[in-house]
Amino acid sequence: MSTIQDYPSRLSDPASRKMETFSYLPEMTKEQMRKQIEWIVKNGWNPAIEHTEPENARGYYWYMWKLPMFGETDVDAILAELEQCHNANPRHHVRLLGYDNFSQSQGANMVVYRGKNV
Amino acid sequence: MTVKAGKKYDAGVKDYRSTYWEPEYSVRETDILAVFKVIPQDGVPREEAAAAVAAESSTGTWTTVWTDLLTDLDHYKGRAYRIEDVPGQDDAFYAFVAYPADLFEEGSVVNVMTSIVGNVFGFKAVRSLRLEDIRFPIWFVKGCFGPPHGIQVERDKMDKYGRPLLGCTIKPKLGLSAKNYGRAVYEVLRGGLDFSKDDENVNSQPFMRWRDRFLFCQEAIVKSEAETGERKGHYLNVTAGTVEEMYKRAEFAKEIGSPIIMSDYLTMGWAAHNSLSKWCRDNGMLLHVHRAMHAVMDRNPNHGINFRVLTKILRLLGGDHLHSGTVVGKLEGDRNATLGWINLMRDKFIKEDRSMGVFFDQDWGSMPGVFPVASGGIHVWHMPALVSIFGNDSVLQFGGGTLGHPWGNAAGAAANRVALEACVQARNEGRELEREGKDILIKAAKHSPELKVAMETWKEIKFEFDTVDKLDVQHR
Repeated sequence: MSTIQDYPSRLSDPASRKMETFSYLPEMTKEQMRKQIEWIVKNGWNPAIEHTEPENARGYYWYMWKLPMFGETDVDAILAELEQCHNANPRHHVRLLGYDNFSQSQGANMVVYRGKNV
Repeated sequence: MTVKAGKKYDAGVKDYRSTYWEPEYSVRETDILAVFKVIPQDGVPREEAAAAVAAESSTGTWTTVWTDLLTDLDHYKGRAYRIEDVPGQDDAFYAFVAYPADLFEEGSVVNVMTSIVGNVFGFKAVRSLRLEDIRFPIWFVKGCFGPPHGIQVERDKMDKYGRPLLGCTIKPKLGLSAKNYGRAVYEVLRGGLDFSKDDENVNSQPFMRWRDRFLFCQEAIVKSEAETGERKGHYLNVTAGTVEEMYKRAEFAKEIGSPIIMSDYLTMGWAAHNSLSKWCRDNGMLLHVHRAMHAVMDRNPNHGINFRVLTKILRLLGGDHLHSGTVVGKLEGDRNATLGWINLMRDKFIKEDRSMGVFFDQDWGSMPGVFPVASGGIHVWHMPALVSIFGNDSVLQFGGGTLGHPWGNAAGAAANRVALEACVQARNEGRELEREGKDILIKAAKHSPELKVAMETWKEIKFEFDTVDKLDVQHR
């Protein structure tokens, strides 16, 4: 049994909470974020930013940061907006969305800054 | 040739081709079109065999009857309008048949298929017969109910975007008690899967009655959701021996808060399935659809019904998920043919493309799409190929590939989730998954001991047998 490792997820441990796509990977670096933004732009999706207190992350609706950036294709501008949201809400999860208005869905949705779990 | 009133009744047996072979016919937008692969009996000319198929699947019978003259048969008859060689198979040919709209009851797939794959499949003049494809005109599509929710709504309800969904069938298929079964469900869900699944033959046997299973699985869902903060589901199989029993189980699943149930649309029957699908839309319940018995109909390349037809039927009857084959796992599946029916599940408009086995343009109008489900004999090493082949709008299900992890179900689930996300991230970054898959997984495993162990466990397992039902291609 000694070779078997426990899977240490706990109700009592907020660090066990996940946040959907990419939350099982290490937090993204700036360079990785940039590539994901490029993917959203390349697909013609509209970038948008949402954020929430980690303890309220389970609902469908997080706080919308300003408005979706319709037609924005400047990767640096999108990165800067993410950073602005993060700086204004340093304790929050911040996620990046790509609205696909043809499928009326989200082509992408990923947490890029992870808040401090309480 | 138009039949005019005043034609004399002439009893006896006529060649089918004199009435049902019309090579000059120009197809109407409203026709239901079908293409059959026909191997006629020796000595039966192609035109006669094709016309016989058209006749026997529409208005005709073996002899002339006087009551033919009481109606306008030209308005109702199916017509064989084209014959083509089958690439690589000299004894067979494709017969294209057009059926006029007025032959069929609106909204009834059962009615259409009872005509088109009815008596004709036992007809003596053909040695074998296979329905390869069917074109449903938009008037018929609009009259059908379609998926209860569809891909977009399911994503919204489950709050999952930008990646394939991840599932697992609980094993052993049969014999677990309800409480032990619920344990297996809880473990895979807490480890990072979106869904777990009842096996198709798990209904309500003496070792595990349905009601007990539903309750234990629901507790597994509730606790794993609280633990991970993500939305989860377990496909509660409501397939039963009677529709009354089916509804009873579906109602109970809803009452306890399950987000999804499951049925087997072929063994349960299309009418029962269609009713269940309507119930699912009325009750906000997602519907996972398994396809037990499909290989009986679709595996023989010369006789039966191609799975692309069964796919179209399911989209019309309604279902939010449908098993599609994996291409890479332990079960049968030609790559291009599979891609063909995956497109037929998901897209709004599919163009004729013989390289994918698609014989007709198919317009689905506004009917929602169905998630294709890849399930059967797949494990983490298949992940790069699966993400590449299936794309985001799919459910990837690892049964043995989750539960067989040396550290247990939760670790197995986490391994698959990490592998999936690593592949999606790499694809988005512009990397080629099928070429660079190994590097991507090895890198991801550095942060996930669960993935590392999974990769070591299943390193050598491959399923490399030749496919039996291949696309028809030139072999010479």
